[in-house]
Amino acid sequence: MIKAVQKLITWSRLKSPWIIHFNTGACNACDIEIVAALTPTYDLERFGVQLKGTPRHADVLLCSGPVTRQIKDRLVRIYEQLPEPKFVVAVGTCACSGGVFEGCYNMLSGIDEAIPVNAYIPGCPASPDAIIDGITKLLKSFEESEAKKLTKAGG
Amino acid sequence: MAKKLVIPIGPQHPALKEPASFDVTLQGEKVENILVKLGYNHRGIEKACENKPYLHDLYLIERVCGICSHSHATCFLQAVEEIAGLNVPMRAKYIRSIIGEMERIHSHLLWLGVAAHEIGFDTLLMYTWRDREIIMDLLALLTGNRVNYAVNILGGVRKDISEEEKGQILKAMDVLEERTKYYAHVATEEITIKKRLSKVGYLSPEDAVKMGAVGPTGRASKITRDIRAEDKYAAYGEVDFKVISDDNCDVFGRAVVRIGELMESYSIIRQLIKKLPVTPLKVPAPLRIPAGEAISRYEAPRGEDIHYVRANGTDKPERVKLRAPTLANVQSVSTMLQKGYLADVTIVIAAIDPCFSCTDRMIVAVNGKDEMTWKQLRQHSIDWYKKNRGVDFTKVKLGIK
Ligand code: SF4
Repeated sequence: MIKAVQKLITWSRLKSPWIIHFNTGACNACDIEIVAALTPTYDLERFGVQLKGTPRHADVLLCSGPVTRQIKDRLVRIYEQLPEPKFVVAVGTCACSGGVFEGCYNMLSGIDEAIPVNAYIPGCPASPDAIIDGITKLLKSFEESEAKKLTKAGG
Repeated sequence: MAKKLVIPIGPQHPALKEPASFDVTLQGEKVENILVKLGYNHRGIEKACENKPYLHDLYLIERVCGICSHSHATCFLQAVEEIAGLNVPMRAKYIRSIIGEMERIHSHLLWLGVAAHEIGFDTLLMYTWRDREIIMDLLALLTGNRVNYAVNILGGVRKDISEEEKGQILKAMDVLEERTKYYAHVATEEITIKKRLSKVGYLSPEDAVKMGAVGPTGRASKITRDIRAEDKYAAYGEVDFKVISDDNCDVFGRAVVRIGELMESYSIIRQLIKKLPVTPLKVPAPLRIPAGEAISRYEAPRGEDIHYVRANGTDKPERVKLRAPTLANVQSVSTMLQKGYLADVTIVIAAIDPCFSCTDRMIVAVNGKDEMTWKQLRQHSIDWYKKNRGVDFTKVKLGIK
């Protein structure tokens, strides 16, 4: 693709990443903290982040919870519906590693047992500040990798 | 005659914040039947509790639900403390009640925002969630965490409230009271909200009793029951408060009840802070809890929460069973939605303030059969108790009419 167009796409992706939130067996605490991050006090929207209703519109999948056996297939299906390039963020300790639910019979231990994960945000629950920090770091690493790709392609 | 149509809602749906699934059968625009499918959030906490010491269980039980974490933890502890015969000091009881009321405030403000979002009134969502941060900051100040406060320990609480913190709490209550008055004005006078919510999701008092509705859902249908007033657990025996109820029996009534309860919570916290007695914060608790069983009830923001704990003399419980308020309320959704419209489905579901992570359980089919009749189930439990516990329940007369 022409370099300028590629640059434009990357730029728009960085300036307005759309997210979708999916509860994969969380205790709701991380979920309310995600919503809190989107509301006026923390205002994730100042980074262009918007919450979307369907995975087909989203770039980033925010997952909370260590994946119950019942939800696993749905999670994979939602992941497959995200358009490329897609990012998955595991919010909360239990989404990262199982946390307090380690050893429960109906649980996997973390999102990465079901789908690949790009960023981990620990905390039980992860505070809105941590969520914002995680997402901005994810965007930064994406920006760097795209810049590298461009310089490589440009020679 | 229009053809029947089944619309699946969930497990991932923009209106649902948690995974749950509803099959709505439609006749034209009208809802004919609604089938609730739960279980996506089942984690097996009850079972996991049996393998952990009481102290660890406390943290696990808090994570049954992040929104009413203090309710579950306190309810569980009340049962364990009853078995162990611990006399919790008064100051600890007061602090438990204060945190409990703060939790109710944050939960009801959260609900108000979510309900407003469901009817497309996002401005109110942003307003209430902004004000909710006041209470979240307060909780972080008092306990060290915004959600899942873990302020309870066996035999008391782990952190005191200082004089300086008292002042901050009172100041925050004043601010929140002003804001809530404004929301009461918006929610009850604003013509669009009134029109949108009135006569939607009607649940008659008789149906509410039949379906077992609890908490604000029941109170909005003229059932004036509140565990805080009935059981007077923690420090509720020492404060004055009204049990808010309403006779609208619809979603509007449920909003009115919750806003009324917010106002009551502010007054309860003020009274508790004023009277806070000076006693130790906790009594020493044994690691091993003597054999015994207890049931404890607690008025969570969503309604009556029941915990059953059975101890066998070791440091781990033998059985923990919890009945969260949503399990009691979710049955009434199908009654509320009868002859309702598809567009009302999400707000009616949201109006019971569902919390599926509290509710989801697993059912194991006995004898490989999926279904049992009520008679078979009763027989099965009678046989089980005869064999395993040596109790014969056939002689027990049930007092249910
Ligand atoms: S990380 Fe902790 S607070 Fe967050 S969903 Fe898991 S258990 Fe709940």
